[in-house]
Amino acid sequence: MGNITLNQVTKSFGDVQVIPPLDLEINEGEFVVFVGPSGCGKSTLLRLIAGLEDVTSGNITIDGREATEVPPAKRGLAMVFQSYALYPHMSVRKNIAFPLKMAGMPQDQIDAKVNNAASVLNLADYIDRRPGQLSGGQRQRVAIGRAIVREPAAFLFDEPLSNLDASLRVNMRLEISELHNTLKTTMIYVTHDQVEAMTMADKIVVLQAGNIEQVGSPLDLYHSPQNTFVAGFIGSPNMNLFTGSEAQKHGAKTIGIRPEHVQVSKTEGMWKGRVGVAEHLGSDTFIHVHDTGLAEMVTVRISGDMQVKHNDTIYLSPDMEKMHKFDDNDQRI
Amino acid sequence: MATAHSKSAARIMIAPAVFLLLVWMLVPLCMTLYFSFSDYRPLRGIFEPWVGFENYVRFFSSSSFLKSVFTTLWMVGGVLSITIIGGVLMALLLDRPIFGQGVVRMLVIAPFFIMPTVSALVWKNMFFNVDNGLFSYLYKWLGMQPYDFLSQAPIFSIVIIVAWQWLPFATLILLTAVQSLDSEQLEAAEMDGAPALSRFRFIILPHLSRAITVVILIQTIFLLSIFAEIFVTTNGAFGTRTLTYLVYQRVLESQNVGLGSAGGIIAVILANIVAIFLMRIVGKNLDT
Repeated sequence: MGNITLNQVTKSFGDVQVIPPLDLEINEGEFVVFVGPSGCGKSTLLRLIAGLEDVTSGNITIDGREATEVPPAKRGLAMVFQSYALYPHMSVRKNIAFPLKMAGMPQDQIDAKVNNAASVLNLADYIDRRPGQLSGGQRQRVAIGRAIVREPAAFLFDEPLSNLDASLRVNMRLEISELHNTLKTTMIYVTHDQVEAMTMADKIVVLQAGNIEQVGSPLDLYHSPQNTFVAGFIGSPNMNLFTGSEAQKHGAKTIGIRPEHVQVSKTEGMWKGRVGVAEHLGSDTFIHVHDTGLAEMVTVRISGDMQVKHNDTIYLSPDMEKMHKFDDNDQRI
Repeated sequence: MATAHSKSAARIMIAPAVFLLLVWMLVPLCMTLYFSFSDYRPLRGIFEPWVGFENYVRFFSSSSFLKSVFTTLWMVGGVLSITIIGGVLMALLLDRPIFGQGVVRMLVIAPFFIMPTVSALVWKNMFFNVDNGLFSYLYKWLGMQPYDFLSQAPIFSIVIIVAWQWLPFATLILLTAVQSLDSEQLEAAEMDGAPALSRFRFIILPHLSRAITVVILIQTIFLLSIFAEIFVTTNGAFGTRTLTYLVYQRVLESQNVGLGSAGGIIAVILANIVAIFLMRIVGKNLDT
């Protein structure tokens, strides 16, 4: 179970419409990521699905059942909050048992489920501690534990990794992906980090100002972004977008080329430029190239072996096959 | 940079203040202690410097002592329960977005600024008065016999007056505690299927426990010395004589300074016992 359908859903706070009419279909067992810049309405959308906010118009169906007016607890969804929202005065065990206790489940069943969740998430060692005594990653696991004991139709994650440090974030990302593979439950995940979106999602929903810009698999979005926003948002470092005469040559208002799709040479190429900042990552080096005759700075990716220095002259040749073209309405041609 | 020299200079500089504070506290305490062991009745011109524990024995053995201790506990307990329960409810109410929130909050705090004597007078004459009190009018309007609060239910009446004054304090502290609760916790509880009452019981109340202990501690310290409200309303009659009031009567009405001083020392010791007891509970509640 875990089909969620949004039909013409809108949300306004006072006179401000944060979500214009929106349709979305989330299929059973999918890992869907809502991604977008801050304030694009992705968290609001998640809260609408959770029932923590009321929709202004439109309706939400969960497993074919009308859920627009159903209170959050009855929707069969579990949510993991950004701040984890653990209950600080309860032990880990009681935190995880809380939803079961509220559901009036007998104590022996609660114990069995809590122990099971604790072993799945490696929580057994600190099951009797309080949240205040745990590290960020451990708290995160407790929050997930509290969600999985309910056996929900879908999990909702609201930027769950943003409070963790970088290495822990990578680990938790893997753990959540593995959890999804094990449980095969629908998961909806909100993040502003496109790396998280690309690595975890089956389906990415790119949002901007409450509008869905594009829905698709990570590679769909990477290879054929529908508009300039998606093109600029997905991929790291960002796609180079050029307007003006260079774009007109290709019959478009805007052209885009990813940093990894530009050939770099020290002797010859299409555009000649000067090296600005070079970011050495070891395996790769990102260089910012100035004075190419284009209005915008160009970012390119080169192999880490290639030696470049500040102010070196360099030649760039974009891979024409992989160039993206966008029309006057910023839509893909 | 605190050198040894500047440190000693600093000590010399604060010495007068420390000295003044010490004198301020120690002199009255020592004098009370001294008088409590002597038979000192100024109006009769009696002063016998040393009578041993006679005053203490008399104070303890008098029938009014135990009664006054219980009266004190009743009052403190009554006021505490009203202000805590009322304060929690008020805090939850004021936390909601309501029309004219700023004004309402100001009005709620207002009673705290009124002097105890004044508020006791207002309550006595405006509300509790049998002939002209608002409650009497209310009773008459309902077709009932007016009720003489101050003589029929004196302790209850005084508790109401004092609770009215202290409710704002409790409300204020508990309101800040309610506001510091992470709203995501309440939302998580809501998602977990907890109805409003359970959310209060399992999330809000434990969150408030710390603030509640602080309120209990501070209020108890002040409530043990309720005086003006009793003085203005019943003058200690109808069983409203608290320990503080008993000491006052011994010293000023019976003009027995020795006996009153012994009572004062006993009151200090009892207050300290209560304080130690409370500090233990608070200490337990404050370290999590």
